[in-house]
Amino acid sequence: MHYLPNIIFALVAVVGIGFFVRNLRKVIRNIKLGKSVDRTDNQSARWKNMIKIALGQYKMVRRPISGILHVVVYLGFVIINIEVLEIIIDGLFGTHRVFQDVLSPAVYGFLIGSFEILAALVFMAVIVFWIRRNVIKVKRFWNKEMKGWPKNDGNFILYFEMVLMALFIVMNATDIPFQAGEIGNPISQFVAPWFKSLNPETIHIIEQSAWWAHIIGILIFLNYLYYSKHLHILLAFPNTFFANLNPKGQFDNLEAVTKEVQLMMDPDADPYAAPEEGTENEVPEKFGASDVTDLNWVQLMNAYTCTECGRCTSACPANLTGKELSPRAIMMKTRDRMEEVGKNIDTNGGEFKEDGKQLLNDYITPEELWACTSCNACVEECPVNIDPLSIIVEMRRYLVMEQSAAPQELNMMMTNIENNGAPWQYNQMDRLNWKDEE
Amino acid sequence: MIVPTMAEMMAQGKQPEVLFWVGAAGSFDDRAKKITRAFVKILHKANVDFAVLGTEETSTGDAAKRAGNEFLFQMQAMMNIEVLNGYKVTTIVTADPHSFNTLKNEYPSLGGNYKVFHHTQFIKKLLDEGRLTVANAVLEGKRVTYHDPCYLGRANDEYESPRDLIKRLGVNLTEMKRHKSTALCCGAGGAQMFKEPEKGDKDINVLRTEDALETQAEIIATGCPYCNTMMTDGIKFKNKEAEVEVLDIAELIAKEI
Repeated sequence: MHYLPNIIFALVAVVGIGFFVRNLRKVIRNIKLGKSVDRTDNQSARWKNMIKIALGQYKMVRRPISGILHVVVYLGFVIINIEVLEIIIDGLFGTHRVFQDVLSPAVYGFLIGSFEILAALVFMAVIVFWIRRNVIKVKRFWNKEMKGWPKNDGNFILYFEMVLMALFIVMNATDIPFQAGEIGNPISQFVAPWFKSLNPETIHIIEQSAWWAHIIGILIFLNYLYYSKHLHILLAFPNTFFANLNPKGQFDNLEAVTKEVQLMMDPDADPYAAPEEGTENEVPEKFGASDVTDLNWVQLMNAYTCTECGRCTSACPANLTGKELSPRAIMMKTRDRMEEVGKNIDTNGGEFKEDGKQLLNDYITPEELWACTSCNACVEECPVNIDPLSIIVEMRRYLVMEQSAAPQELNMMMTNIENNGAPWQYNQMDRLNWKDEE
Repeated sequence: MIVPTMAEMMAQGKQPEVLFWVGAAGSFDDRAKKITRAFVKILHKANVDFAVLGTEETSTGDAAKRAGNEFLFQMQAMMNIEVLNGYKVTTIVTADPHSFNTLKNEYPSLGGNYKVFHHTQFIKKLLDEGRLTVANAVLEGKRVTYHDPCYLGRANDEYESPRDLIKRLGVNLTEMKRHKSTALCCGAGGAQMFKEPEKGDKDINVLRTEDALETQAEIIATGCPYCNTMMTDGIKFKNKEAEVEVLDIAELIAKEI
């Protein structure tokens, strides 16, 4: 019976981590539903991007208030989690503050002391975040895609963080020997007196409960990630690593189209040539994207990485002028559809069963797609290099090349380019008239 | 104006230093044609050995590509590349950021490799090399704001060349609250120029014009014929034509040479 808590701890940890790993594998499986795209070139630039943008939070601080608060929470979260290592060792082996003996009391005190200060800072930052969302009502948290679950999700995460930080401080404050040591308790020493009137045994129970609640809370939070927008704490790293490195104005040239156009323009091509042996039944490649499986895996990873901060949407000229388009909603809808496809595969024994739905129309409407000016403001704004524009363009390609469903005026523009080499109906022979005018 | 074509040059056995890609707006749009002429005036003044394709030039296909018509884009691109490579063109300058972007970034993988300049980069080079000098005669002290074209700025990270040129004119350059990488689009990009906007509560060009008017500028400078149209329309919408002018940087420079 002596080992019961250790066994329970090991079980809780294994279940908590195991469940998370299971879900993480689903995330990876879903991302792999996307088409392949090679993003392994220029490794040094990729590492640099990841270090600068994900690790270094370089793009976050473009908006200083939320940026600096985020850096506080990020640093706090990463550094305080060193403490989790100790918790795990203590939990598994029944030790108490094992690092206190391993490190000198001074070093240990310094570490825990800094964790406490960070925890207090995180707590305050999270409260400011909550106020920005719920009291000041910063506009980007109140766009129409932020109703219901996305809004609650944002708040739940803040509550989680508040509770976890509070538990950490309470745990330290009720550790009587730790407080007696008077080292490493810059914050908890002010909380400790709250419990003074209780008898030592009760205080010990509170300490133990806070300890358990803290580690169980962390495991729950870890598992919450999969269901939440909060996956960015992990995916921001691969997402910035595999992000597009080309100039933002450069759209890819569809290779399938290149082949066809070359054939069309080749004077030696035989228009009556039979398809090559064995290729008769090949379905020609689909142009553009109408569903998530037509997108590439980086675009799908983008969707999982999106933490719905809305900086993209708050910079989008279409959204700012009241159009339906919101780049954040493009990412959210892509993720929703991807998860739907994933669940479909899970319930149908690993095989996708046609469900009569797709990303286009059922999630993203042509009206949204046609409102985009391709100005790249969303791409520029994203703190983790998500590219909503590339998805919009892929879907426009499908509308135009597979469905001939461009808005009427654009069809006219394209007919003009085809017929007279300009988007307007001017005579090609008048191209140089400007030199003799005036 | 004396504007040689590549065909004429070739007939004389000459190879110009640079090809001026005029673009559809610069060739046909009445307002943009003035920008084209201003730029040619600058090229003449700096004795640049240039030529145009004239009637052999055709749409880059940029607008078709942004609209999603990859077929049409690649057809246009391959036709243009055949002509350009046929004339052994190595260097291109254009006053249209959309042509600049597609020629520079999207033509290479289809076989068109050129050194491509936006006209503000090219003019800056002429000034830096001492081939061109500007006076501070007409515009000095004027309050100017600069609107970043998306396809020059965010798309290709070129924020400084246009500003460098404006500063040389002795004007008072006042930035809008959204500028450089946070600049707001004029509303023409992504083939929006050629269609009515989706329903909303405002037109993008009006919102952007409000940004510009906030600076109290007398001149809104830009470097794109489409931005020029959008901003000019915005100024008209705001009934500010008497107070504010929308001019291309080439037109500003042309006033001072």
